[in-house]
Amino acid sequence: MNAEEVALVVSVCRARAGLKVAPDKTYLIESRLSPVARSHGFDSISELLDAVRTRREEPLIWAIVEAMAAGETSFFRDRAPFQYFRDALIPQLARSSPGRSVKIWSAACATGQEIYSLAMLVEDMASEEGAPRIELAASDLSRVALERAQGGLYNQFEVQRGLPIRLLARHFEKTDDQWRLKPNIRQRVRWRRINLVAGLQAIGRFDVVLCRNVLVNMTEEAQRKVLSELAHVVSTDGYLVLGLKETPQGLGEAFRPAGGLAGLYRRNPAFRVAA
Amino acid sequence: MRTCLVVDDSRVIRKVARRVLEDVGYEIAEAADGMEALAWCRAAMPDAILLDWNMPVMSGIEFLRRLRAEPDGERPVVVFCTVENDLAHINEALEAGANEYIMKPFDGDIIIEKFTEAGL
Repeated sequence: MNAEEVALVVSVCRARAGLKVAPDKTYLIESRLSPVARSHGFDSISELLDAVRTRREEPLIWAIVEAMAAGETSFFRDRAPFQYFRDALIPQLARSSPGRSVKIWSAACATGQEIYSLAMLVEDMASEEGAPRIELAASDLSRVALERAQGGLYNQFEVQRGLPIRLLARHFEKTDDQWRLKPNIRQRVRWRRINLVAGLQAIGRFDVVLCRNVLVNMTEEAQRKVLSELAHVVSTDGYLVLGLKETPQGLGEAFRPAGGLAGLYRRNPAFRVAA
Repeated sequence: MRTCLVVDDSRVIRKVARRVLEDVGYEIAEAADGMEALAWCRAAMPDAILLDWNMPVMSGIEFLRRLRAEPDGERPVVVFCTVENDLAHINEALEAGANEYIMKPFDGDIIIEKFTEAGL
């Protein structure tokens, strides 16, 4: 790829999704865009980008952005947040709002492992006496990732990353060489395609928003914008969950560390007044 | 130092598992079938056992049932590592007392992750 082609990818990703694509990581760009070029009938990435430049076709542009936005995910990633959810956060939220559902949103769910980890946890809690009602929602920028997530179908490698074998045995069915989550787990989640930088006014309010390891791949401007909007999405007593070591721009203005878990934040009340 | 018994009739698998587990601080013993593994356990019960299913002389599942009936046989964390990748085998292993289960092919990261998952 030449410098002009790299610059086009960087600018398209920044403009459409606030993504920060490092121009020196051409190997990453090439590995992500080669399959996109092939699947759209181009012989090379150069041909793909030439078509973007001359025809400005939205589906092509979004195919590039979605490919560059794809993040790493796995079941029960980092483990600690899920233990904290089960043992502390969900019981506390249920106590503080008796009679109504606890609403949780995975804001960039990729292929679904994060929200399904919660869905399995919630399903197992449901059999306990006095279990709270919990509503799960998930969204992603990528249509391809969302389709995969909704299907709930994973290969052997994916189900061996982070997923305890007892949960595999309890919540999955084997189909040929793949593993599919049972319908009772899949049906717990509502899905939507959402571009986080395009405005979140219509998304509603949530008690917990998971946005782990997402902002780290965005420009500083996009980080500030998304965080200021998330401050209006997280309910007054709610929480934002970021990656364990994430410190995005604008975090301190909109949110305050909640304690108890690295990456767990509460909305800054002062920020609400300022906004 | 924590000890792990690697039970597999494939010398290559034993070698790979040894390398992975030694790197994270385990002292490794090896057995090529369930009977040999049982003798090891009776002599010195390990902290963990990485266990193949299909082996000559005594299978992994037979070994596990006998192990759990031994004095102190409940103590080792047992992680199956096998080509048997269907739910029937997984459930049979869990009922016999397995703590975790790796489906081959595997890589070193999965062994470490599963050992962590099993509380090691």
